[in-house]
Amino acid sequence: MKDIREDIAWAKINKDVLKSLESPRKLYWAILTVAIAMVAVAVGCEVYQYNVGMGVANMDNPHVWGLYIATFIFWIGMSHSGTLLSAILHLMHADWRKPIYRFAEAMTTFSLMTAGLFVAVHLGRVWQIYYALPYPNERGVWPNFQSPLLWDAMAIFTYLSSSILFLYVGMIPDLAICRDNIHSGWRKKLYTLLSLGWEGTDRQWRNFRITYLTIACFLIPLAVSVHSIVSSDFASSQQPGWHITSFGPYFVAGALYSGCAAIITLFIILRYVFKFEEYMTLPILKKVVRLTFAIAMVWTYLNLIEYATVWYSHDEASKHVLIMKATGVYAPFWWMMNFCGSIVPLVMAFKRFQTNIPVMMVVSLLLNLGMWLERWMIVAPTFADGYYPWTWDHDQWPSFVQWGIVFGSFGWFTLLFMVFCKIFPSVSMYEVKEMVYHRSLANKKLEVTGMQESGKGAH
Amino acid sequence: MSKRHLLAIFSNFDEAEAAVKELRGSSIKGFDASQDLVVKSPIEHPEVEEFLGAKPVYVQWFTLVGALAGGLLAFFLISGAQANFFDQIKGGKPVVPFPPNFVLTYEMFILGGVYISVLGFFICAGLPARRSPLYSSKVSEDQIGILVKTDEESAGVLKGIFTKHDALEIQEEAGK
Repeated sequence: MKDIREDIAWAKINKDVLKSLESPRKLYWAILTVAIAMVAVAVGCEVYQYNVGMGVANMDNPHVWGLYIATFIFWIGMSHSGTLLSAILHLMHADWRKPIYRFAEAMTTFSLMTAGLFVAVHLGRVWQIYYALPYPNERGVWPNFQSPLLWDAMAIFTYLSSSILFLYVGMIPDLAICRDNIHSGWRKKLYTLLSLGWEGTDRQWRNFRITYLTIACFLIPLAVSVHSIVSSDFASSQQPGWHITSFGPYFVAGALYSGCAAIITLFIILRYVFKFEEYMTLPILKKVVRLTFAIAMVWTYLNLIEYATVWYSHDEASKHVLIMKATGVYAPFWWMMNFCGSIVPLVMAFKRFQTNIPVMMVVSLLLNLGMWLERWMIVAPTFADGYYPWTWDHDQWPSFVQWGIVFGSFGWFTLLFMVFCKIFPSVSMYEVKEMVYHRSLANKKLEVTGMQESGKGAH
Repeated sequence: MSKRHLLAIFSNFDEAEAAVKELRGSSIKGFDASQDLVVKSPIEHPEVEEFLGAKPVYVQWFTLVGALAGGLLAFFLISGAQANFFDQIKGGKPVVPFPPNFVLTYEMFILGGVYISVLGFFICAGLPARRSPLYSSKVSEDQIGILVKTDEESAGVLKGIFTKHDALEIQEEAGK
């Protein structure tokens, strides 16, 4: 089965994608309404926490990071697969990514924006966020440039701004199509402004190709560095359960894993809501599912390596944390994490399920549940079972304020993402045309070669 | 002598390619194919470079300068700030520690590289640009445009070439 029909008319590609900016299915509005309601819950909780203080989040000593930092890591991780699809697969000339990379890039941008909010929420005193910036305080003392927390701020800023530029630059030819086809209103003005007078000249395309390739080359090591830096927030400390050599690659693999699972979820939603059945095809879904399965197995391997390292190192404190994860108050979540992260993806190994949309929807959601739990299981058990028994605290449970803000963050991401998909083309029109063009050329060549060969045989 | 602009629209790439090859092969007074010919297309055709001739791209120089400037700026900014602590007790630690400073230098290296590459793209691609009066929205859909600039008296010859290669439409405008 082909990834995409090769005889699809270019004018039809424009028409179908532009239609998505105007008339989505009713489910779009339902999703938007639910997302706004979820954001309202988070805003309410944040206002309450801001007015009353961090105590209402039920964070205490030693539980000083709670769900906020766990969810922060989750959203940072989610962003990585946009880079995987748009940059790594671009460099590998995997053209099946073309109909789906735009929304994956948007996912990168919005998940980073969501992650950034958690830094502010976690501070409690949000007005003091400038302490995280490379700016001297009132005593002329600069932040500690040797701290991974400051590296985090810089890495996320770099990743977010570079991702926005990558998304924007890659969208300029499509914005010109929107400009040429929408004839009035604020959208026309917006597209005219953002398309910068693009006309598709040979000079523009030549420079565009090099620029896109260059940014893609920068984004790959950047994405790896971002989650490695996030992992060093933990691994460069001396805490049991965190001081682990493999944390860098473990975090990067986990990031790609959760991002790929999210791509499957959004693929299924967008395909239905915007009627993209001809572009987001089942063979493409199958490829994403296989990619996700491969990454799931890498993550499982790294997870097992981590357990084995802790177990056989005979570092008593680390071993105690691992045992407490498996048998203590966090045990249901820890086992759930392992089940969702390592057992559920086995469903993806079966061909019959790889293109089964309801099954893949459920599986992708479970994978992300597992990946969120993974982050929580990194953060909380170490705080509950640190080096010193007198700091042990197994009774702490995040309050509704923490849960509300975490819940609302999913609404915030969904809101940004769905609004983006309604205003900007979520399928790259010019790249789909390129895909169709090159595949039909290749087919013609094959036909000619086949005819020549069959001709030779006849003689 | 006043110049005239012509935009010919072709329904497929092969016809446009044949027209460009003929334009490049013929010697027409007041028309230099290497300067006065622009191909507009809805997708990037790698073949365009083959028949238009390779033209230099300078974006990568912007990238190099941006990345180096970003990295150096980060390193010296951080080192300068750390030098603030000279009069504080460091306990034997280096004032400017290279390994941890490498991380932020690396991030700024990438940040500078990306920002200045995008700036370089805008400069090299001539963006933002005023829309050319000779433009067809069909070019962003599925057709190929060839924009040429020539002397008034040679416009007829060029039109003849475009017509010969089945141009769907020829727009013209008196140039400056």
